[in-house]
Amino acid sequence: MKVTIDNISIEVEAGTTILNAARMIGGEIVPPAMCYYSKLQGSGGKCRTCLVKVSQGSEKDPRPMPKLVASCRTTVMDGMVVQNITSPEVIEARKGVVEMLLINHPLDCPVCDQAGECHLQDLGYEHGAAKTRYEFDRRTFDKIDIGDKIQLHMTRCILCYRCVFTADQITDHRIHGILNRGDHSEISTYIQKAVDNDFSGNVIDVCPVGALTDKTFRFKNRVWFTKPVEAHRECQTEGCCGKVTLWYKGEDVIRVTGRKDEYGEVEEFICNTCRFDKKKTADWVIEGPRKVSNKSVINSNHYDTLKPLPVVKTNPVLQEANKEQFERETRL
Amino acid sequence: MESLSNKKKQLEVKPLNFWERAYLPTIAKGLSITMSHFFKKPVTIKYPEEKREFSENFRGMHSLKRDEDGRERCTACGLCALSCPAEAITMQAAERQKGEENLYREEKYAAVYEINMLRCIFCGLCEEACPKEAIYLDGDIIPSDYLRKDFIYGKDKLVEAPLNQ
Repeated sequence: MKVTIDNISIEVEAGTTILNAARMIGGEIVPPAMCYYSKLQGSGGKCRTCLVKVSQGSEKDPRPMPKLVASCRTTVMDGMVVQNITSPEVIEARKGVVEMLLINHPLDCPVCDQAGECHLQDLGYEHGAAKTRYEFDRRTFDKIDIGDKIQLHMTRCILCYRCVFTADQITDHRIHGILNRGDHSEISTYIQKAVDNDFSGNVIDVCPVGALTDKTFRFKNRVWFTKPVEAHRECQTEGCCGKVTLWYKGEDVIRVTGRKDEYGEVEEFICNTCRFDKKKTADWVIEGPRKVSNKSVINSNHYDTLKPLPVVKTNPVLQEANKEQFERETRL
Repeated sequence: MESLSNKKKQLEVKPLNFWERAYLPTIAKGLSITMSHFFKKPVTIKYPEEKREFSENFRGMHSLKRDEDGRERCTACGLCALSCPAEAITMQAAERQKGEENLYREEKYAAVYEINMLRCIFCGLCEEACPKEAIYLDGDIIPSDYLRKDFIYGKDKLVEAPLNQ
């Protein structure tokens, strides 16, 4: 099936969603997604940030779709023409969606551990207005501990349902869900029952905001002062791939997360042993530094790269000395 | 050899006359200039005791501000340290415990906050980066000291004095 997204055509299989077709093309034209998660069945359709305009329904019926559609839930038709960033209507609608998502969000980014890798922060930066028009009190909740390693800040939640799908699909029985309806919905467990499954830590990774955070990393450091390194280990837990990203501060591993791709989705889920208990370099086989986008705040202000002067490049003795000096300086 | 630019001046060295050889009139002239300065207003000031007026946008020592209830505004978000081009700022965050609500404004606060005044270039980027209006470079010139370690200013020197004292 041929689909054209922002004047770029691609052949995709029947049943592919517009969002996935855009991801096959890649680049700037991929709609942002806060709730859709390709690894979780049934996710998507909640947040409306991936709205696109379908200006031609299909080859047979070229009428445009009457309203903007959620690209994560709409499958492509042959000859469909989609507009994302080329349509001002979509940009305007997305701006409205971001404002809507931020209505009850506390904007406590200076406190939040997710800041620096938060999708809502990125989205707000790209589309949102600098000021809020909302004049009423934001809804507030107390912090809840879900087990001893995970903390839930319901105030920051945007109700994307990703963690609910994770708890449903990765863990064996349901213990975590949405209570109440509409404006009053909240993520919770049954009377603060601890989530004690081997894979419960993945709800932290799937959360696009800082609603579910790692208590072992709580306030330890800011994301942009840590150094991400790819690593793996032979994990005994069934279903755990053992491939993770270690977040170093100096010599210490202060956090372990799953390996996320460019859309912020983990490649494979990891178990709680890998995430919470293995925080020594000796536990891991280091593969190398994680690639971080140039635009990311994690990449800013990192001056300690080995860039020898032109004269050093040709002289092996100087090269060796330069390396030693660099190692000494970075250790200090 | 002949000069190419033709700007060279040929100087004649004349022998000194009697008054010039005597030196005394010249010494007296020089001393009179020195003496006349005794009765003029000095252009310098005695610095630590006297201070000149600073410009309004002068940037001196940092201070960590408190809010109207006397609670520390800083929440250890790390943006000052990130923006600092000299990497002079370090901090460690801690979580506010129950009963400390009158000390710290947010649920997170800076347990340790250090600025290395030898590294600081007083550019004021930390002031601009701060989302909580917690740090301002509104103090004085950093006083001199003998040891390098004494220039690392901690919270004891940086945090503003409490309101009711």
